Amino acid sequence: MFFSLDLLAQALVTGILIGGVFALLSVGLTLIWGVMRIINFAHGEFLMVGMYVVYFLVAKGGWDPYVTLLVSVPVLFVVGAAIFRLTIQPILAHPSMNQIMLTLGLSLILQNLALVLFRADPLIAQTAYSRITFSLGPAIVRVPQLIAFGGSGLAAVLLYWFLQKTDAGRAIRAASQNREAAVLMGVDVQRTYLLAFGIGSACLGVAASLMVPFYYTSPTVGLWFGLVSFVVVVLGGMGNFIGALVGGLIIGLTEAFGAAILPGSLSRVFTFAIFILVLLFRPQGLFGGSRR
Amino acid sequence: MNKYTIAFLAILLVVLFLLPLVAGEYLLHMIVLVLLYAYLATAWNILGGYAGQHSLGHGVFLGIGAYVSTFLFIQWGITPWLGMWAGGAVSALVGWFIGYVCFRYGLKGPYFALVTIALAEAFVYLTSNVDAIGGAKGLEVTWLGHRPDMMEFDGKAGYYYIILVMAILGVIVTRWLYRRRSGYQWIAVRENEDAAEALGVDTLRAKIEATVLSALMTAIGGTFYAQYFTYIGPRSVFGEGPSVQILLFAIIGGLGTVWGPLVGALVLVPIAELARAKLGGSFGGAHLMLYGTVMVLVMLFMPKGIIGLAQSVRARLTRRAANSSPSAKEAA
Repeated sequence: MFFSLDLLAQALVTGILIGGVFALLSVGLTLIWGVMRIINFAHGEFLMVGMYVVYFLVAKGGWDPYVTLLVSVPVLFVVGAAIFRLTIQPILAHPSMNQIMLTLGLSLILQNLALVLFRADPLIAQTAYSRITFSLGPAIVRVPQLIAFGGSGLAAVLLYWFLQKTDAGRAIRAASQNREAAVLMGVDVQRTYLLAFGIGSACLGVAASLMVPFYYTSPTVGLWFGLVSFVVVVLGGMGNFIGALVGGLIIGLTEAFGAAILPGSLSRVFTFAIFILVLLFRPQGLFGGSRR
Repeated sequence: MNKYTIAFLAILLVVLFLLPLVAGEYLLHMIVLVLLYAYLATAWNILGGYAGQHSLGHGVFLGIGAYVSTFLFIQWGITPWLGMWAGGAVSALVGWFIGYVCFRYGLKGPYFALVTIALAEAFVYLTSNVDAIGGAKGLEVTWLGHRPDMMEFDGKAGYYYIILVMAILGVIVTRWLYRRRSGYQWIAVRENEDAAEALGVDTLRAKIEATVLSALMTAIGGTFYAQYFTYIGPRSVFGEGPSVQILLFAIIGGLGTVWGPLVGALVLVPIAELARAKLGGSFGGAHLMLYGTVMVLVMLFMPKGIIGLAQSVRARLTRRAANSSPSAKEAA
């Protein structure tokens, strides 16, 4: 073996921790897909918007990164809901390719707006947590990543509880399972869509606050994370909540192990290879998609 | 075509061929960009517009065309005039493979879009890590001076003539295919695949054909891209960015129409280039914001593009004319 056990242990730890964040990114996307069959190609750019909000609060406002949740979550909810209401809702009945092109256009706008406003340089926020680490056997755990993992898990549990136990959550699930029946049962489907899109985007607000302490912010940061969340969502089955969580961990581990074995950014090719193979051979995902 | 159309096209051709005699370098550069993007969008339109399979990864083919010819050029001094066919052949092969695998397993709509965008990004990371082709830094085309045999020219006129011929050929090829068996089969696949299958169309074959042709044409555009801009890098030719730019003009001009890509590029590229020239220093990316905005507006208000809008306006006008003419007769 030309790589050490220590390195693999480290990859395992990093993979799981990052995988948790990937899971949170993807839960939002899969929720939106499950409810209204839209692939939001601006998903990663929404995250980027959230990360800039958090970065400026932390770096310029001196906020604690985790307190920024109070701002990032509502901001992303409003941004998501407003963009949905103004652009996506009017063409919900159009062919799915039109929606894809529209969200691609949105991602171009947001990405380049960030470029115009903040330049291309990656911004790194130094926080009190950024450098804290502890060792776990042979591996080193970075505390902000651990917090991100825990926070993502908590957010996913909260969202799951919301979908299962509240009236609004039941309405969202009803609309995703059978639109017509939901309408007949008195569910206001358009409002439910708006809510689902807002919540799907708000997940990215949570992710943004959790990521800024250990990840740089740049106009193109959403490109990679957006693609990762597509990979995870397809892997877990489009619209499958639990599948997105498991898929997030799988891709997190794939990336971490790939980076341990392969030089440079070549490990990312692995992620795409898995993606393409799953799309070809199990387009319903490893765990099946949501019921229509 | 009636004789007025033919006369118009003949005059247009003469004007286009004499243009470099009067146009300045900047205007010529603008027209080269218009023609390049029109040509690339025309190539994309064969698969995306006619056969209805929306690829979000045409950067793969653009990049292959650019990289193959440039590598052959700087490594062994092989002229890009040959390199473009080598790149085209490799790209066609890759296109065949992608088409075969995707369509064999019945990928369509959003799923095909996702696979192609993933491929485009995968190629970015693949090429970034191969040092023989410049890694993340990319490749620079060696400047040998004014060498038409090496597709290198002083000034813009030489490049202008090449891309003009390519764009004209692109339009001729699509127009020709439009009226042929292949074109009808692609449109049948796009409109209703099951029905096409039931009528005996080999839909798999039709879709692969469209992919291969589209890949070949895009790659030849890639060689031109490399020679014109003299620098290529993984992000500048393979990734999501160039992939979206290729399809943009076809969508905005009018999906699945012969003239849509040209109209789209003709309307948008000059505005975007002016925005880039005026704001580029302080606001890099302003022109891409403009593209994004137009794309959103087109999807919201005129999903059939500029050509589609023009057609529906004309239809309304003829209907109005038809309605009003009887009353006009009565009045007389």
